[in-house]
Amino acid sequence: MEKEFSRPDGRSPTDMRKIKAKVGIIPNADGSALFSFGDTIAIAAVYGPRKMHPQHQQNPEKGTLRCDYKMISFSVEDRIRPGPNRRSSEISKVTDWALEPVLLLDRYPNSVIDVYINIIQANASTRCAGINAAALALAHAGIPMKNLVSSVSIGKLDKNLVVDVSKEEEDWEEGEGASDIPMSFTSNGELTHIQLDGRIDNEKLQEGIKMAKEACEKIYEVQKKALKDFAKKE
Amino acid sequence: MSEIIKINKDRIEEYLSKGKRFDGRKLDDLRDIVVETGISKNAEGSARVKIGKTEVLVGIKMDIATPYPDSPDKGNLMVTAELIPLSSSRFENGPPRINAIELGRVIDRGIRESKFIETEKLCIEEGEKVWNVFIDIYSINDDGNLLDAAGIGAIIALKNAKIPKYDKEKEKVLYGNLSDEKIPLSNEIPIPLTIYKIGGQLIVDPNKDEEDICETRITTSGFNGTIFSMQKGEGGSLKLEQMGEVLDLAKKVREKIFLKIKDYL
Repeated sequence: MEKEFSRPDGRSPTDMRKIKAKVGIIPNADGSALFSFGDTIAIAAVYGPRKMHPQHQQNPEKGTLRCDYKMISFSVEDRIRPGPNRRSSEISKVTDWALEPVLLLDRYPNSVIDVYINIIQANASTRCAGINAAALALAHAGIPMKNLVSSVSIGKLDKNLVVDVSKEEEDWEEGEGASDIPMSFTSNGELTHIQLDGRIDNEKLQEGIKMAKEACEKIYEVQKKALKDFAKKE
Repeated sequence: MSEIIKINKDRIEEYLSKGKRFDGRKLDDLRDIVVETGISKNAEGSARVKIGKTEVLVGIKMDIATPYPDSPDKGNLMVTAELIPLSSSRFENGPPRINAIELGRVIDRGIRESKFIETEKLCIEEGEKVWNVFIDIYSINDDGNLLDAAGIGAIIALKNAKIPKYDKEKEKVLYGNLSDEKIPLSNEIPIPLTIYKIGGQLIVDPNKDEEDICETRITTSGFNGTIFSMQKGEGGSLKLEQMGEVLDLAKKVREKIFLKIKDYL
């Protein structure tokens, strides 16, 4: 007999952890935001558009989006040695690709928009929290955007799809184990980012993508509210 | 020095000569200090310190290591500061530059020289196993005086840190499983304070505009009249009698800092 599936923290499969979004947290930056899924906290700061240095990286056709994702040393249980690593380099690039489609980069030839993302506390889904914070920070910086971007992870724990994977779920070992599928959508429903680790069939994946899209619609509402709250305060 | 900084310099110095500052403070006034502890669940101890608009995060991590040959029965201390580009348009990625290196080392010396951490109690097995204590400092917004914000963050994070459990048989640190045991600390707390000299005047807790035009600075750490460490930074010079003023002012203002943060110590 199959045991009924339940998530370690008692959430329903479509429940995200508590979401928090706040804009305008770093006075020095041109735009900044905090975004958290439960214990996963990301902050992001935007500087620019500004002249691209080094000069040979300047592109006279269009501006460059340069995202930089990092985890601070005490964001996880085993201290991370400060400095770049292969994982953070890849996530930085993936974050670029998730956000680029909504920006009008051809307006900024020879320039760069720097987005610095730091994870200050990690409990899985850090790249998604980082992308959500980055999108908010870009909007807060007043950079013209066609849409906002929202990001969430879908997990498959044994055979069950869940939204917003936690650390405990990421380490799921029963049955088929855990698959992790982070995704990002623009606010008009286009997918700008997807990654997958694990094993899943087409049908299940389609189902997962649909779940992610619905979750991102909810995240979008929270992001929109954070921007409106900030505008009201000003 | 850019044109804007130069114009600022003249105005700021003119104000200071009348005992005034742009933001209405007196020369020896600190900005508000806001402290929050336990800001990271995965750190053994942590703190957020805001001084005005300046903000830093400090986290404590611990692990087990072999002791250094010259201190076989003592734990180790390592202080690292990262001035991340998120916190200012002036900071860039890459290997730590001199300002970050200096910041880490100045904080390190205050804590080390004061013997605030009782490292002899962090020995598990003499010559074989001791605790490493990492103090990691991150700037989140630099509006001047990162030095004092970092130093305050370090002592508060140490104060609320708990040692993780250690499985002696498996020789494994059980992270996330904190014991009730705190890091052994002495009562002599290295309270940091930096005095800045601008236009010949001595001030404390500069904002970025003031810090940009400082001629020299003296960072001390101390407690109840005892000084544990000192560092002069930037060029510039001080006459001996002005050095005396620096020390008197440091003692007085350090007391003010202590009163502002003593609930966390």
